[in-house]
Amino acid sequence: MAKLIFHPEHIPDKAAFAALCPFGAIEVHGDAIEPTAGCKMCGLCVKKGPAGAAEMVQDAPAPRVDKSAWRGILVYADHVEGALHPVTFELLGKARELAAEIGHPVYALLLGDGVSAAAEELTHWGADRVLVYDQPPLRDFRLDVYTAAFADAVEHLRPTAILVGATTVGRQLAPRVAARLHTGLTADCTVLRMEKNTDLVQIRPAFGGNIMAQIVTPNHRPQMATVRYKVMDAPTRQPQGSGTVESRALPPEKLQSGVTVLSVTPKPAEAGIENADVLVVAGRGLRKESDLQLLRDLAEELGGQLACTRPLVECGWVEARRQVGLSGRTVRPRLLIACGVSGAIQFVAGMNHAGTIIAINKDENAPIFKTAHVGLVGDLYEIVPALTQAIRADKEARP
Amino acid sequence: MEILVCIKQVPESNKVEVDPVTGVLNRNSAASKMNPYDLYALETALRLRQELGGRVSVMTMGPPQAEAVIREAYAMGADDGWLITDRRFGGADVLATSYTLSQGIRRAGPFDLILCGKQTTDGDTAQVGSEISEALSLPALAGVLRILSAEAEAVTVEMDLTDKVETVRVSLPCLLSVEKDIAQPRLPSYVRKQAMKDTPIHRLTLADMEDTDPAHYGLSGSPTQVQRIFPPESNHKQEKWTGDGPELTGRLFRLLKEQKLWQGGR
Repeated sequence: MAKLIFHPEHIPDKAAFAALCPFGAIEVHGDAIEPTAGCKMCGLCVKKGPAGAAEMVQDAPAPRVDKSAWRGILVYADHVEGALHPVTFELLGKARELAAEIGHPVYALLLGDGVSAAAEELTHWGADRVLVYDQPPLRDFRLDVYTAAFADAVEHLRPTAILVGATTVGRQLAPRVAARLHTGLTADCTVLRMEKNTDLVQIRPAFGGNIMAQIVTPNHRPQMATVRYKVMDAPTRQPQGSGTVESRALPPEKLQSGVTVLSVTPKPAEAGIENADVLVVAGRGLRKESDLQLLRDLAEELGGQLACTRPLVECGWVEARRQVGLSGRTVRPRLLIACGVSGAIQFVAGMNHAGTIIAINKDENAPIFKTAHVGLVGDLYEIVPALTQAIRADKEARP
Repeated sequence: MEILVCIKQVPESNKVEVDPVTGVLNRNSAASKMNPYDLYALETALRLRQELGGRVSVMTMGPPQAEAVIREAYAMGADDGWLITDRRFGGADVLATSYTLSQGIRRAGPFDLILCGKQTTDGDTAQVGSEISEALSLPALAGVLRILSAEAEAVTVEMDLTDKVETVRVSLPCLLSVEKDIAQPRLPSYVRKQAMKDTPIHRLTLADMEDTDPAHYGLSGSPTQVQRIFPPESNHKQEKWTGDGPELTGRLFRLLKEQKLWQGGR
């Protein structure tokens, strides 16, 4: 058990020492000083306090794992009725890079009913070996049976790392699998790197995205990470498939579920902001709800969509599915125009991979200008309608 | 029906910065609030109680000050509150947090239904609900949009799967993570707050758990380790334009036109 011990005799200024803690988890009672239950064991007080003031004591050795017994990078193949979700290709591309560092194979795991075509397809995207559970009870996603199949696959393949797309299915499945395997899972990684000792370095935004955290799982295998769609680059499809497909089946007792799917209703196909080429993003600089029309008009002229930041969803002006950011969608349009957006990092984390980022903001110190490729210090109410007009006029001016 | 809602105290604002030189984290404010997504879970629980009778309990894990969110839940209508607090739970990652909560739930339960919010606004992982369900071996659903019916043995709900909605029946006990907007949360009531002011809050420490092995909790029970934190990078190729409205509009128009976003006007 790791614990933190303070040595008051080495802490001349207790108040200053307590102030080092970003979580306010150091309490001073006269001469006594101790961490509270708010302590996150971040160790900053050890690092930044006076010498000898605080120490982190490990009184049990960390569990050891034989890392050489775990080989390969496994990608969960997300799909809807056999149509593979493109995040799967992005993850296979990343898995190939990671595997190349350590000379490991790349595996893909596919669960479903009647998915043999999808299994073959995966061999065109970099999977050396595709493991398929093609069974009628796996037709619809049900967390308990999918977890059983996933755990069976991990036991069979013993991969060192597992990548799962942060889709609605992946976000439920990955944590349940991680808990079953008693291992670590890092959500929404934006950078993944492989160390020679097979430790997966995972970087993700933390504290609402204001800070990046570098995370490792040094004493457990497999190591698990989820990654959102459009964060990694998709590889090119190979005309010739180069991997093998292996079938496996779960025994009937592992296919029992507490969940019965009664009906499935497809949602009306709506053009999502994730797939838009151009996004015009509304931020808090908008004065009233009806002004959104100015941005919609511009988006329409550019063949794009309206998107927004979190506050506009919270006040009910825009539907949640149009929200860009950590708690919304990750987008990667060719062009993004941020109008009256301050640029909180939680927003930036969801859009900083866009091709060209243009920001219009009256406040020349707005953080969005640190992210924008082109920042216009100006009033969106002057610029946006005039720009829309100019584009319209240009379209009408036939040669 | 015995319902438990898992809630969390989160910082009022996520405005934190890392000093690039010292690596120290600076938090602007210590103010905190109930995780906004949890309000929807609590409201869902209160409505189910109205329909079916029973009790609504809330549970949180955190420092002693996290009592405040339980008091807030009382003022909204919760009957009973549990605070899991122990220094030895500090530094917990998702696995250790979920395990600690599952141990607390075993101690406080049994419950027919456990409700969680979609995610927290500070951790933002949306993983804890799913991991709790595994630790308790319960069926679980996330993305719950609507509860269509609730009976003694099962609930029927609508679940969001991005491009489709599934109607699903799940046997009780189970764990559901609900979406924002499943029900408009009520405001805390002053009258109710006064009426509940002497209602105690149960406290659970490591000694109260079924599993008292400290190696399973806090930093020791966490497979993931944060190696370092650093400020996010910003782009380098950047221009900033200043000028009056028409000038800026003209420059932007020319830039967009070069990108061939529309046809015409050659």
